[in-house]
Amino acid sequence: MTIDDYERAPTVAVEDRQPALPEELRKLWETKPGFLGWLSSVDHKEIGIRYIITAFAFLIAGGVEALIFRLQLAGPNLHLLTPEQYDQLFTTHGMTMIFLYAGPVLTGFSNYLWPLLLGARDMALPRLNALSYWIYLCAGIFLYAAFAFGFGPNDGWFNYVPYAARAYNNGPNIDFYSLGMILLGISTTVGSTNFIVTFLRLRAPGMSINRVPILVWGTLTAAAANIFAIPAVSLAFFLLWMDRNLGTHFFDVPTGGQPLLWQHLFWMFGHPWVYAIVLPAMGMVSDGLPVFCRRPLVGYTVVALATVATMVLGFGVWVHHMFATGLPSVSLSFFSAASIIIAVPSAVGVFAWIATIWTGKPILTTAFLFFANFIVLFTIGGVSGYMTGSVPVDWQLTDTYFVVAHLHYVLIGINVFPVVGAVYFWFPKFTGRMMDERLGRWNFWTMFIGFNVGFFPMHISGLLGMPRRVYTYADGMGWDWLNLITTAGSYLFAIGVLMFLINVVRSYRNGPPAGDNPWDAPTLEWATSSPPPPYNFVVIPTVQSRHPLWEDRLGGETPGHSYVHAGLVLDHGRETVGTSPLDAEPDIILRMPKDSFAPLILSLTLTAIFIALAFNIWWLAIVGGLATGADIIFWLWPERGLGETAEPATNG
Amino acid sequence: MLQQRHPQRFPPHLIRIASLLCAAFLSTPARADAPLNYLYSHGDKADPVVSLTWGVLIVSLAVTVIIALLVAGAIWRRPGLAMAQPGSRIEVAQPAGGMRWIWIGVSISTVVLLASVVWTMAVLAQVSLPATKPALTIEVTGRQWWWQVRYLSNDPSRIFTTANEIHIPTGMPVRFILIGGDVIHSFWVPALGGKTDTIPGQTNETWLEAHAPGTYRGQCTEYCGIEHAHMGLIVVAQTPRDFQAWWNHQLQSPVAQANGQVAAGLMAFNTHCGSCHAVRGTDSAGVLGPDLSHLMNRGTIAAGELPNDPQDLAHFITDPQGVKPGILMQKPELSANELADIQAYLKTLN
Amino acid sequence: MASRIALDGKLPVGAIDTRASGWWAMIFVVFTEASLFAYLLFSYFYLAVQPHLAGTFPQGGPPSLALALPNTAILLLSSVAIGWAQFNIERDDNRRLCWGLGIGAVLGMIFLVIQYFEWAQKPFTLASSSYGSLYFTVTGFHMAHVVVGVIMLWMLFAWSAMGYFNRVRYAHIHIGALYWHFVDAVWLAVFFTFYITPLLGMGS
Repeated sequence: MTIDDYERAPTVAVEDRQPALPEELRKLWETKPGFLGWLSSVDHKEIGIRYIITAFAFLIAGGVEALIFRLQLAGPNLHLLTPEQYDQLFTTHGMTMIFLYAGPVLTGFSNYLWPLLLGARDMALPRLNALSYWIYLCAGIFLYAAFAFGFGPNDGWFNYVPYAARAYNNGPNIDFYSLGMILLGISTTVGSTNFIVTFLRLRAPGMSINRVPILVWGTLTAAAANIFAIPAVSLAFFLLWMDRNLGTHFFDVPTGGQPLLWQHLFWMFGHPWVYAIVLPAMGMVSDGLPVFCRRPLVGYTVVALATVATMVLGFGVWVHHMFATGLPSVSLSFFSAASIIIAVPSAVGVFAWIATIWTGKPILTTAFLFFANFIVLFTIGGVSGYMTGSVPVDWQLTDTYFVVAHLHYVLIGINVFPVVGAVYFWFPKFTGRMMDERLGRWNFWTMFIGFNVGFFPMHISGLLGMPRRVYTYADGMGWDWLNLITTAGSYLFAIGVLMFLINVVRSYRNGPPAGDNPWDAPTLEWATSSPPPPYNFVVIPTVQSRHPLWEDRLGGETPGHSYVHAGLVLDHGRETVGTSPLDAEPDIILRMPKDSFAPLILSLTLTAIFIALAFNIWWLAIVGGLATGADIIFWLWPERGLGETAEPATNG
Repeated sequence: MLQQRHPQRFPPHLIRIASLLCAAFLSTPARADAPLNYLYSHGDKADPVVSLTWGVLIVSLAVTVIIALLVAGAIWRRPGLAMAQPGSRIEVAQPAGGMRWIWIGVSISTVVLLASVVWTMAVLAQVSLPATKPALTIEVTGRQWWWQVRYLSNDPSRIFTTANEIHIPTGMPVRFILIGGDVIHSFWVPALGGKTDTIPGQTNETWLEAHAPGTYRGQCTEYCGIEHAHMGLIVVAQTPRDFQAWWNHQLQSPVAQANGQVAAGLMAFNTHCGSCHAVRGTDSAGVLGPDLSHLMNRGTIAAGELPNDPQDLAHFITDPQGVKPGILMQKPELSANELADIQAYLKTLN
Repeated sequence: MASRIALDGKLPVGAIDTRASGWWAMIFVVFTEASLFAYLLFSYFYLAVQPHLAGTFPQGGPPSLALALPNTAILLLSSVAIGWAQFNIERDDNRRLCWGLGIGAVLGMIFLVIQYFEWAQKPFTLASSSYGSLYFTVTGFHMAHVVVGVIMLWMLFAWSAMGYFNRVRYAHIHIGALYWHFVDAVWLAVFFTFYITPLLGMGS
């Protein structure tokens, strides 16, 4: 091993002629075994799996909460739950699904897949990646600890003031919610930064931005949106915490505060967030569906542009959550028009997917069923959103079960169904085993029927005037049968989800071996083994099209020829190649960090600060702050091995 | 090798959706069966909105059915392939003509969306303000978990306060000033118009109009705490003459009764109830709870939750936390005699 | 689009200037923190345009520029010092790098001290009114960012003194400087909002 200079000409080689290289790379990249290795790992694949499993744990928790309160709502005037219990359950259900499941599960998939899709060895900032997971886990536990001790949030996931203020909500419930959300926001922000930098700097040579998979566009868009949107909600919760604990006057009226300030800050984040939790999932469909249609996606460019356009427009519609608050007509008109027009880029996606199936040769695997069915659920969720976008109609629809139907069609239809499809699609790559297709079909139909039986009637009960967030309702309102059907459907849907989990566990243990590319798919992740080795690629691929593994069969479209098994040999330590933002021309050899405990420790010190604030233990907050500072300084200390100091970089 | 699948019959899930839809809409209940529905309107503010609601609803259903048919058609129009073995190579192709779907689909969608925007703006302009200047203004304050209602007038002697049941004259717009009393509530009478929030720190305004006499149910529709589910309201529309008669009646104080039990009831009421409730012309002047003058005129109690009959009234008085757990009203300590006296007294508040 | 990707030739190794991943990460940290301040200032303006009794927003009338204006100049000077430090390390002058960092850090600390005195002189507190809450919260958030920045500048100073950086390897310097210049720029926005807009008629 030699000591490098500030620059070096990397070797280019053919994989097959480098028999010692895989083992050498494996030693450099693999996580140390054992518990300590598990705690200090910065491997994006491990982190991705952790995200997905943790998110599914929260999905189950949130689902159980819903199953409980659906019993309370199965008939009129029931008394299975007290109003206080119901309020904590429905709030925690919303918080769990929207914040602890929907975002993180997509982060998990993207974390695992991005370096493989982009032809890189890891994400741009591996330790930051580990940090985003650990903070997510700590924040989730923090929030659920409050719920477990009976102090769960009880003012809805949207937490409006004045009901969230100290005067009306004196317990610690809202304080825990506020602080937990701020902590979670740090995780999301840090993760988003990582995705954007990875996109700009770590794509394989030749992977210009018009060659990246749509999942990458979806996650990139969501990440960019989060950078600008999350501070709004973190600030809102922080101002609320200050009002409740330090006597400030941001939201309380007598001293100049305004309740609507909360709503503006919350929804300026909240609306972009709902696009952030669906666009990556739509991207997964855009990448997975074409594989089972045996053709590239129709309209790649317009779909990528539509993804970005949806998010950009998504920043301009937040007031549609506030149509009934007495805002001036001019403002209402603008936001109503924007909220209706935002359906145009969505239509681009829908017709692209239909065209891909129609002009392709569909293969009816379970993954395909989930992806294809998503198009219909997306449409139903989209049209109910279109209806609520019209202000005068919304004045009737808002705060009724119609909106509950809408939000579940968009969240379950555009996040959960694609995610389950994505598991069926990528499980072979993650684990090296195939999932059971027969159980998969039962799984699909059960989930599909259960979901529609459960949630479609909500459109009707909404149109018949049933309000949201009510712990019970009177008989004779025309809602009884609809609620009973909804409860039944929700249980059937839960059984479907259970079938899915059983399929995952059984297949993980006993599924037939998958091989590298069981679906004969075109993108780079399918060129690695299943599961991929810790270093992903033996040599860095060079990419000349969107479908490197289909080039020999597509003809016409692709001018150049990708090299997947021949390319840059980067083995002087943990290394990958950095490329230019637009055209992906190599411009640097990046030195990547080794496993580290600093991210875990930092997440613990940050959590300590928030626990201290929750209990108003100021000295502990200061100690936590000092520990946080120390950890960050240690983490950022210039390291020779990373090429951050004046000395030439060493190997390994 | 590749296997051919036999063509599927029409997908079962689509049949299910279609039947659900038909069942739902062909059997739309009459107003009496679903008092909070807004697919049928009974006033000037709601009428244009109902047409628009049906319009976007029909567009939505049509789009859903069309897309579902397209997806189903795309899948089942040719014999599907089966994945023979993981890893087997299956041909890929890139047939032309895909983009046409997008151009046509998006163009049609855009036209429909733009038309919807135009229709929306027209209806918004129509319902934002009433056609004629309202002659009557009612101030409604949303409180946890009841509605304080104050009738305004240029003549100060005609101003009075009531609660939960609002009477309006038919055939003319009525202006509502909406005040947030504690937390955010939302004032909604679906048959007559859309909802508007009551927000502390600002005054919102809306208007309603009823074509014909009748009783129209309303509900708070912004989560406001533990008894949000039980914060209803009633709007009673009467002919202008009946309405004036009702107003005049509301202004009268109850006649003082010499009858022993009623007099005793008045005193018991003052003692146990008067710090929160008011009855015009007596010593009870509390403002924490609903004004109970002319209580017997109202069709419901507890903000629309219970019918106003003697058993329910007694039940509510003796067990308020059982009826609406979490409300401010605590169980009063009443002996059986006191309860009977108060009941006798309340019966005279008509 | 290149039809052939050049894989021959030398590539720099490690964290080099604006090709370092950390540099790009800091850009987006700056974007997210800038958004935070945008929302803070939005809150100020949203509450400012609500009806207020005369003289309550800003409370006690428009805030005095006596300390804030010179303090702004001090912060701007510190950015100049840091910029000079950056200029010098690109020319391999480690000594001037250290001086620049040190002067910048000291000026930052002077800013903090002066602002502390300004806070102490205010006739209102965090809990007095919405204006008081806004004033101390927004300037407090900024102060927190300056504190972090000062600590960072001292660490950069220490690392520079230890000889870690030269004209090729100075990524940390540029990354830290970017943060510091951002903190400076944000102060201009905060200063304008709190001290200048009342003079232009914003508030009561």
